[in-house]
Amino acid sequence: MSEHIVIIGAGQAGVQIVQSLRADGFQGRLTMVGDEAYPPYQRPPLSKAYLLGTFARERLFLKGDDFYREAGCELLLNTRATAIDRAARTVALGNGRTLSYDKLLLATGTRVRKLKCPGADLPGLHHLRDIADVDGLQDAFKTGARIAIVGGGYIGLEVAAVGAKRGLHVTVFETADRLMPRAVSKPVSDFYAAEHEKAGVTLKLNTLVEGFEGNGKIEAVRAGGVSCPADLVLVGIGVVPNDGLAAEAGLACDDGIVVDRNAMTSDPAIFAAGDCTRHHGRDGAEIRLECVQNAIDQAKHAALAILDKPKPYSEVPWFWSDQYDLKLQIAGLARATDRIVVRGEPSSRKFAVFHLREDAVAAVEAVNAAPEYLVGRKLIAANVRIPPERLADMSIPMKNFG
Amino acid sequence: MAKITFIQPDGAAQTVEIPTGWSIMEGAVRANVPGIDADCGGACACATCHVYVEAEWAAKLPPKSEMEETMLDFAIQPKAGSRLSCQLRVTSGMDGLTLRVPPSQH
Repeated sequence: MSEHIVIIGAGQAGVQIVQSLRADGFQGRLTMVGDEAYPPYQRPPLSKAYLLGTFARERLFLKGDDFYREAGCELLLNTRATAIDRAARTVALGNGRTLSYDKLLLATGTRVRKLKCPGADLPGLHHLRDIADVDGLQDAFKTGARIAIVGGGYIGLEVAAVGAKRGLHVTVFETADRLMPRAVSKPVSDFYAAEHEKAGVTLKLNTLVEGFEGNGKIEAVRAGGVSCPADLVLVGIGVVPNDGLAAEAGLACDDGIVVDRNAMTSDPAIFAAGDCTRHHGRDGAEIRLECVQNAIDQAKHAALAILDKPKPYSEVPWFWSDQYDLKLQIAGLARATDRIVVRGEPSSRKFAVFHLREDAVAAVEAVNAAPEYLVGRKLIAANVRIPPERLADMSIPMKNFG
Repeated sequence: MAKITFIQPDGAAQTVEIPTGWSIMEGAVRANVPGIDADCGGACACATCHVYVEAEWAAKLPPKSEMEETMLDFAIQPKAGSRLSCQLRVTSGMDGLTLRVPPSQH
């Protein structure tokens, strides 16, 4: 009987492992289980072009139906995996079926973190994680509406930018003293704050949302002791990994499914990839990443390990965010203790912030600055040391560093 | 719809019908054209959907944006006919377009 690989989670990592396994000659059976109604799709456009309405749903799908047919991958959608029996090597599904596996890939992703404050259960409060969330938001997301966005991270700010463009009155509430505090350095935060304010977005930094008020639906946000009228609320305060299935099966989990550099969990027959994993970063620190890059690369490495061609995963992570006409591209993981070097003038709307650790480039945040981002990524991978004054010198083209 | 042909470094050709308004990259990825990695999904963030346009077609395509121009500078083995397929929006005028896939995107 041929080997059967079961993939739990129909997203970016799931598609990648199907592609990689087949490209590397895997001949056995493949089954992908997803709890959404849709085959794997791209999530990044959801908070950008798809919300704006300039990107048809059809274009979100990572692959056409013929991909799964040709790859011989059975897609079980609207189906939840409810339990893993590691001794029997079976997965129980919500529809009563049981799947036997030889190898299992957990690509279960994340779910949104929810607010627990008073009124958080009132209608009119939205999250943004999947297609259904955006479709459910569209009716209320219209010109003139007052939207309160809780959380000044990527999702909140991308929605703020789309909202401003579509003529909504946008207010963003952020508990930290600057925007995207976990993702970018202060010069980039400050730059984005100015851009959002220029677009008419009201920013409430250092402001904790205490609750929501309304009669039958949200009518106001209570924050910093003040009541701000709102027609709808979008909560974007981060995500939590879907590691419950793994934890219940006794796999090592710690805010994410713990995997080694071959994407292997504490059970050698079970692998995990993407946002749901906790793994060792390039410097050995334990991290959990929420990005397309990690989903793709970890799935590639899982495929190699499953096919007995293991190659330890140690890629430079990268991220991007589109807000207005600004493309923010980030590579590497910054630390608060890094020395930062700004290259270019933020006022020119084209600049980059390099993070140096022990004199070597450890991370770069580039705004409309593709060369800085692309060369930066290479410098990070090669752990190159560059004197800060040279990095800041715009008369030296980035190409010269690469 | 436009029929677009992708030629691999080994000469293998694959013709794909791509809906008008989509990017060429999207059509290629959907049809599993090998070598069009498009890791970022079309955000002009990765330069891994690089293709070479045949000379006869190069002038007929819309010009490159500054962003595309810059990203191409960092693609693997850029040439005169280099384009990022995520930045090429399909029009009916592109029917019959032939693109060459580079040996590597990384």
